Amino acid sequence: MSAVTATSPLADTVAAFFARRARWTPFEIAFWLVALASIWLFPTKHLILTETAILALFALSLDLILGYAGIISLGHAAFFGVGAYFTGLVAKYGLINEPVLALFAAGLAAAVIGFATSFLVLRGSDLTRLMVTLGVALILREIANRYSNITGGADGLQGVDIQPVLGLFRFDLYGHTAYIYCLSVLFVVFVVARRIVQSPFGLSLGALRGNPLRAAAVGIPVNARLVAIYTVSAGIAGVAGALLTQTTAFCSLDVLSFDRSADLLLVLIIGGTGYLYGGLIGAVIFKFMQDYLANLTPQYWQFWIGLVLVLIVLVGRERATGWTGYARAGLIKLFARAPSLPSPAGGGKGPAAVGGAAPDGH
Amino acid sequence: MPILETIGLEKRFGGITATNGVSFAVEQGARLALIGPNGAGKTTFVNLLTGVLKPTAGKILLDGVDITALEPHQRVRRGMARTFQINQLFADLTPIESIGLVVSERKGSGADWWRVVGGRAKITDEIADIAERFRLGDVLRERTAILPYGKQRLLEMALAFACKPRVLLLDEPAAGVPEAERHELLATIEALPKDVTVLLIEHDMDLVFSFADRITVLVNGALFADGAPEEVAHDPRVKAVYLGEELDG
Repeated sequence: MSAVTATSPLADTVAAFFARRARWTPFEIAFWLVALASIWLFPTKHLILTETAILALFALSLDLILGYAGIISLGHAAFFGVGAYFTGLVAKYGLINEPVLALFAAGLAAAVIGFATSFLVLRGSDLTRLMVTLGVALILREIANRYSNITGGADGLQGVDIQPVLGLFRFDLYGHTAYIYCLSVLFVVFVVARRIVQSPFGLSLGALRGNPLRAAAVGIPVNARLVAIYTVSAGIAGVAGALLTQTTAFCSLDVLSFDRSADLLLVLIIGGTGYLYGGLIGAVIFKFMQDYLANLTPQYWQFWIGLVLVLIVLVGRERATGWTGYARAGLIKLFARAPSLPSPAGGGKGPAAVGGAAPDGH
Repeated sequence: MPILETIGLEKRFGGITATNGVSFAVEQGARLALIGPNGAGKTTFVNLLTGVLKPTAGKILLDGVDITALEPHQRVRRGMARTFQINQLFADLTPIESIGLVVSERKGSGADWWRVVGGRAKITDEIADIAERFRLGDVLRERTAILPYGKQRLLEMALAFACKPRVLLLDEPAAGVPEAERHELLATIEALPKDVTVLLIEHDMDLVFSFADRITVLVNGALFADGAPEEVAHDPRVKAVYLGEELDG
């Protein structure tokens, strides 16, 4: 207190807090190193890993609105589907041949649809939002079904020819190019999403999710922020959809299906929301569990996946400290700097907590 | 010119008139207490001023500009901030994040999605200043939800203050604060900068009379009395409807 310095010690603490908040944790770095290593470690698994990366990207997009802005959606496949069909059509008719460029355009197209429909989710409770988002996805699916002369309808969009990525890397049958491509896109989008949630904009989302009344009372334009993040989320979902079309050279009504939206919520239930890695970890668990169960019982795998999910939700709900609670809390701790960090034991700031007040060191 | 003015402000809920033709004006830098018995319409009046409710008739002027049609967040940007009678905080954020959020928002970087929060010294310095002023320095990194009630009450004011308001509305700031933590709270209210106009809604007469240089009494949604504290305290009509024995003793 008595030291005369240029900047107050409190200002230093504040600056340090925010710097620390934004820093990559060792576990985040490890996570991405493992993801990178998977390219060489599991060369025979590239097909399922590609699907996993796409699902992870899709889940990341939902986490942005669900985990950060508190908007629940049961129709996020709408934007996935827009991206998927857009990419299929521009490739089929040779409008945009380079995949990365097509990816951007698809994201933009999905974002436009997201922006247009965002106004529907501004008002109302969670239940209204569930119904509205579900409705939007159903409508888009029926439109795709109705205009089968353009979309191929129930037969799917045929004759999609995807050019090499950047004109250099041709998609192969084993999914090698596809996986590296999808993983790269996932990483780039993740870095952007991470910046977004660390920014003042991202923080304002957390505020308006927690207390919209107060958020408005401190000058945050709540609706404008919700529209913005919903649009961004739709765009990312569109990119995920585009990746699916590009890596499979095919697109069907299934991209707009209810199942796809519902699976996505399950992925986030498994992985947890609000720390960005939930969608990624959830996608890995979901995909490999699905794969394992499908191999075990090709006909009844959905029974088992249903059972597992019921158990997860029950255990998570019944006991606040159930395994999902523990696991999620642990993951969040590892991957995101928890807001309430105990002050560092040694070498702390001089005036802080003098005396025997803090015996909880180790 | 008054900093805040209402002209014939009226709010009806169905058949009930919660605010009934209130016209009043506050000068810059005033310390105005708004009092009235329960159900007098104080909170409705604050909600009208801040834009949470829209009036059925009348106008609100902030610094001479009609703000009646503006949304709550737009009024904040024009320099009017409020606290709430019941804490309205961001439970999952820490005080440091909550204040940082409001400061960033005011500095116009609220929509900035690329820069990390608190990346600029100007912002971190200001967060520290506000934390110091409202005595939150020792709990800055705790989750808001677990703070002692008195600290939450201080944070409630800190968030409004971080909007850098010209007019600050304090809705029962001392409500429910235990005696031991009261002193700290009153001291921060006392220390608010003189150029900030403060409108205090309060039941606690000690606080009202120690703080206000002017008192406005609201009864049944209408303006009942208005004047210097001594005047209002000795107004027999006010005594009759509201203050009762409290001031005689």
